[in-house]
Amino acid sequence: MSSMIEFRNVQKYYGDFHALKDINLEIDKGETVVLIGPSGSGKSTLSRTVNGLETIQEGQLIVNGRDIAERSTDINRIRRDVGMVFQHFNLYANKDVLENIMLAPRIVLKMNEDENKKQAMALLDQVGLADKAHNMPSQISGGQKQRVAIARSLAMKPRCMLFDEPTSALDPEMIDDVLKVIKYVTSQSDMTSLIVTHEMGFAQEVANRVIFMADGEILEDDNKDTFFNHPTNERATQFLSKIIKH
Amino acid sequence: MIHLLTSNWSEFISGFGWTLLSSVLALFFSLIIGSLFAILEVVPNKFLRIIGNIYVEIFRNIPLLVITMFFYLVIPLYIVKINGFTAGTIGLTIYTSAFIAETVRAGINSVDPGQMEAARGQGMTFWQAMRYIVLPQAFKYVIPPLGNQFVNLVKNSSVLAFVAGFDLMYQGNAIASQTFDTVNTYVIVGIFYLIITLPISYYMQHLEKKLA
Repeated sequence: MSSMIEFRNVQKYYGDFHALKDINLEIDKGETVVLIGPSGSGKSTLSRTVNGLETIQEGQLIVNGRDIAERSTDINRIRRDVGMVFQHFNLYANKDVLENIMLAPRIVLKMNEDENKKQAMALLDQVGLADKAHNMPSQISGGQKQRVAIARSLAMKPRCMLFDEPTSALDPEMIDDVLKVIKYVTSQSDMTSLIVTHEMGFAQEVANRVIFMADGEILEDDNKDTFFNHPTNERATQFLSKIIKH
Repeated sequence: MIHLLTSNWSEFISGFGWTLLSSVLALFFSLIIGSLFAILEVVPNKFLRIIGNIYVEIFRNIPLLVITMFFYLVIPLYIVKINGFTAGTIGLTIYTSAFIAETVRAGINSVDPGQMEAARGQGMTFWQAMRYIVLPQAFKYVIPPLGNQFVNLVKNSSVLAFVAGFDLMYQGNAIASQTFDTVNTYVIVGIFYLIITLPISYYMQHLEKKLA
């Protein structure tokens, strides 16, 4: 199998702060990888480098066959294929739900208007929000916003999805509906997903692979069962014992 | 006062007309130029950002009268002959555009950065994200301060009087020195300014309520 995302000796700094330390990581097409770790460990930063929202200072980062760090790479071209779901949803506040989904396919992909609308309505239906098509983002709940945000990303027909703590800003009773949608998205056989999350139960359910990060380093990278049952790294063991207690 | 007004009616009205024309032209162009420099101040390209900054800092921090005199006296000397009205209106436009740039920039900065990130993350260019997502939200925030700038602009158009721009203030000065009725003349001039500025204030308040 060929890889969708490949980090080769990637270094990232914020001024003097070394945010990502010599990251080497290969994610294959179709894989679902969950990224966990304490806050400040660099997991959000890592996911945001994949579509160039954070730049890297050293190393190579190859996404869908193109090196992001290369100056000649058209970052906008890569971003079409990489969907991103944010912790705070970031729905376009000046557009209604339907228009949130239709805008990028229209102006970036130049999609035909009828086809675009049909696709948007189908996606809204899929996430269970067809009746909210003409609401403004301010009129729907957090969980609904996140489901719209996922639909918005899928409208670009991405080959890869990044979920950056998609449920961290949600009320507990909203989380399940969002997780259900994410689970459906990741179950598509050709979809590659990188999920940053604190939901351990969910991680166990959807992940093929789990990566544990702390202090900007990847400390453990295992398949799901090995990670949750026999973690080898001491910090990972500690982290798990703390989280599972709750 | 009525007598003063009727016997100098054509001067007052002509001054009022030039003031109104200068204000409308300066408003239109300063809004466009100001918005453009506001965007220049937030683009990713550092060089363009510096250009935007220099423009704003220079013209915001020089008195309007100095800018206007420059266009009235210096430009005709070396480049092209322009009359007082044109020089005054250009000065007014440039001066106001620097303030509008600052106002619009503040509006752009008050839009949640997540909006730009989401748009860029979907493959939109910086300009597409600005046009469809950020600017429409930014303009909503800046309507009240923009209204203040427009009112200031109309009042500042009295600078035309210094460069023979035949505006309201210029005619007022002329009438006052002919009739020696300074009090009534300037009261009338003030009322004419209010005829322009009050509707602007009122309309901006209305727009603010409508869009909020």
